[in-house]
Amino acid sequence: MDKIRNFCIIAHIDHGKSTLADRLLEFTKTIGERDMMNQVLDDMDLEREKGITIKSHAIQMSYEYKNSKYTLNLIDTPGHVDFSYEVSRALAACEGALLLVDATQGIQAQTISNLYLALENDLEIIPVINKIDMDGAMIPEVKDQIIDLIGCKEDEILLASGKSGIGIEEILSAVIERIPAPKGNEDAPLQAIIFDSVFNSFRGVIAYYRVYNGTIKQGDQVRFIATDAEYDADEIGVLKLGLDKRKEVKAGDVGYIITGIKNAKDVKVGDTITLVSNPGEPIQGFEEVKPMVFAGIFPVVTEDFEELRDCMDKLQLNDASLTYELETSQALGFGFRCGFLGLLHMEIIQERLEREFNQTVITTVPNVSFNAYTSRGEKIIVNNPAEMPDPTRLDRIEEPYIKAQIITLPEYIGNIMTLCLGKRGILINQSYLTTTRVELMFEMPLTEIVFDFYDKLKSQTRGYASFDYSPIGYREADIVKMDILLNGDKVDALSALIHRSRAQDFGRKLCEKLKELLPRQQFQIAIQAAIGAKVIARENISAMRKDVTAKCYGGDISRKRKLLEKQKEGKKRMRQIGNVEVPQEAFLAVLKLD
Amino acid sequence: MSEAIVHEAELRKDYISGKVETIYFGGGTPSLLPLEDLSKLIATFKKLFDVDPDAEITLESNPDDITAEKLAGWKEAGVNRLSIGIQSFFEEDLKWMNRAHNATQAEACIHLAHQAGFDNLTIDLIYGTPTLTDEQWKHNVDKALSLGITHLSCYALTVEAKTALADMIKKHRIEDVSADKQGHQFELLMQWMQEAGWEHYEISNFAKPGHRSRHNSSYWKGASYLGLGPSAHSFNGTSRQWNVANNALYLKSIEQNIVPFEIEQLTPEQQLNEYIMTSLRTMEGLSVPYVQLHWSDKQAEEIVRDAEKFLQHNLMEHKNDRLILTQKGKLMADGIAADLFR
Repeated sequence: MDKIRNFCIIAHIDHGKSTLADRLLEFTKTIGERDMMNQVLDDMDLEREKGITIKSHAIQMSYEYKNSKYTLNLIDTPGHVDFSYEVSRALAACEGALLLVDATQGIQAQTISNLYLALENDLEIIPVINKIDMDGAMIPEVKDQIIDLIGCKEDEILLASGKSGIGIEEILSAVIERIPAPKGNEDAPLQAIIFDSVFNSFRGVIAYYRVYNGTIKQGDQVRFIATDAEYDADEIGVLKLGLDKRKEVKAGDVGYIITGIKNAKDVKVGDTITLVSNPGEPIQGFEEVKPMVFAGIFPVVTEDFEELRDCMDKLQLNDASLTYELETSQALGFGFRCGFLGLLHMEIIQERLEREFNQTVITTVPNVSFNAYTSRGEKIIVNNPAEMPDPTRLDRIEEPYIKAQIITLPEYIGNIMTLCLGKRGILINQSYLTTTRVELMFEMPLTEIVFDFYDKLKSQTRGYASFDYSPIGYREADIVKMDILLNGDKVDALSALIHRSRAQDFGRKLCEKLKELLPRQQFQIAIQAAIGAKVIARENISAMRKDVTAKCYGGDISRKRKLLEKQKEGKKRMRQIGNVEVPQEAFLAVLKLD
Repeated sequence: MSEAIVHEAELRKDYISGKVETIYFGGGTPSLLPLEDLSKLIATFKKLFDVDPDAEITLESNPDDITAEKLAGWKEAGVNRLSIGIQSFFEEDLKWMNRAHNATQAEACIHLAHQAGFDNLTIDLIYGTPTLTDEQWKHNVDKALSLGITHLSCYALTVEAKTALADMIKKHRIEDVSADKQGHQFELLMQWMQEAGWEHYEISNFAKPGHRSRHNSSYWKGASYLGLGPSAHSFNGTSRQWNVANNALYLKSIEQNIVPFEIEQLTPEQQLNEYIMTSLRTMEGLSVPYVQLHWSDKQAEEIVRDAEKFLQHNLMEHKNDRLILTQKGKLMADGIAADLFR
């Protein structure tokens, strides 16, 4: 066990985590150059494209150091705030972490929040400055930032370049020298924490775990404590480039287990695996992940609902954090109200539906989960505008708040203050991490970041701000349901739950956007935003001026019929709201308001 | 060419059964056709088909082709209705449209036609061109009415893709047409013609009572017709076919006793769609019982259901079991038809 090291890499998006990981794998000859496809660890197309790790991954390396053979388990962590629980469980499986900072960018919010998580888990931190050979590398400044942040000595900071392979050997030495070997008792009752799972269509769910105590053997009868289910360990092993079958995996090590589980829901990150025959205690810290953002997903063509249902089922098999239930919309027909970990997660699900499952879907206005209390004292959890009780029955509504952490350059403080205060944020702390790096902390309603927050933050700071958040509970708020009406008919799919102070502005923008997107018809279309019966914004689309062919004789008839039939076919893809035809882009428009 | 057309008529004499009620010489410029050819064609048709003695025989002509001599010849050959492509009585407008005739010819040819004994005259006028003001449009229509014609076709200028006109507009050499202006001039036209007591019996066609084009009306009623010559369309009630457009290919093929055509079989839905499209353009509108009879109760029901929103917005009326476009609705005839398509 003293020859095992378990570690992860903490880094901000684009700071070079995956490239560095690739170099480590190459240097330890875990993979040959031949199998090398850039960024081995990000194996989902989407991950590679977005440069974000969505799922945790793990890979085992063997490395000879000072005449001893070491087993190094690198556990890759998701790089986005939406997946912070998964990050915390991955960190719980490690004894140490490489804190990777881009020499040209310096410390970012994401890095800090994950660093805090690592420190909470008592991880040994090895600071590494990456991309030192790039133009614009600010090595001394970044060193200062790191020293300020973790209080290390300057000579403890390693310099590296994943791209050109600088510092790789030093990093491996530091991992062995500085990160403590795992502790644990091979003979104690089995305690293995699940930090991730992947779905394989042939083998079912493959769970990744770290053994704290005991030994897991092939053929063991195991129990997953939180889900309270028993399985046979059909296959166990360690994670090389692929699965590497073993007879046993002992305390301190990282491995996988295949039990024939077919549904990702049955394998929960943070759960403890133990033996049926000699059970151990559950490992602390298990939580059910709760969705934070909800939105409807509907097929573009109503007839495709059954197909979409099929795809959602399949998608959930390998993404247990996705929740969904049937939703019916007058405007969009049958679909699903889905719960996501965050906005990125929502985007990922949408893209996976399109790419992997070939579905084109309409996603409705996202909202957070509100608590509504009726005057009779009932509490209703509202994940959908349609579920909001009538105002006359309402006593109060509570909305979720977050603590938002933004790290930026001092010159953007003003813009960020304006942005966050405008989004009902309360500044709770402002501190200079270094002279050129300032951290702002706000308490903010989560619902305010669901809309256009990231884009605004980006544009207001020219991209020089990083953002992270954590939920801090519910607070009472004046939330209203805003409806959109087309010629007097409510479009349920465009309803939004929004703070009263923001409703008018949002309503106006939405009406303007719809005016751009709705085609002219043979009659005028009135677009209204309303709270209850009160109209708060209105736009009109005037009727078409003229839409009639001049000549219609003989051969013209057939040409014109074909043209109009095509037009009619196009209209079938539109949704009918009362007597107004709404193209699908209109439903997506809400997500793209300026 | 006219020999080939005669030959085609012989080859296809069985395409239509029953009486031939109208003959129409149109497309291209039939007024350039030598008189003897025209006489030969009409004589052939009378020989091959059961042509009604009262048949309406129309010839399309350009003002600059019209002479007293030709008129007499046409009359002699049996033509009893003349359609003249006047387009406008304004020089500027004619130039913009690149027409061969001038304003003087436009007016003079009508007098000549009258003198030659043609009392069934129709002319075409075009509106919505950038150069035509509302006053000029009024003048054009008044002029037409004052010249003693019995039928008037008015077309909003349509810029077809891939034409010289479209190209010039694209390159900003000339001003583009405006839907707003076209809509307005169409509204004015409807109002003037109503005041003059003419029937607006189809979107683009107006007639003094009793002088509708029998030929064109039959297109809108879905009647069978035989079209002869390159590009000509024929329809037998359920299928439509069209001859090859290329003259050389046409001639060569006819010489070999083969009519070179493409054909499309219309499904009942397509036939219904054509009925919807053409009937809505007429003043009689769409007959609900006719749809019930020829298609189904369900189709009729659905059309009436879908028409509801147009009734609400005063674009259509539902009276005597007919769906009829209002003046406002006539401006939107295409979109409304598409909406009611099955």
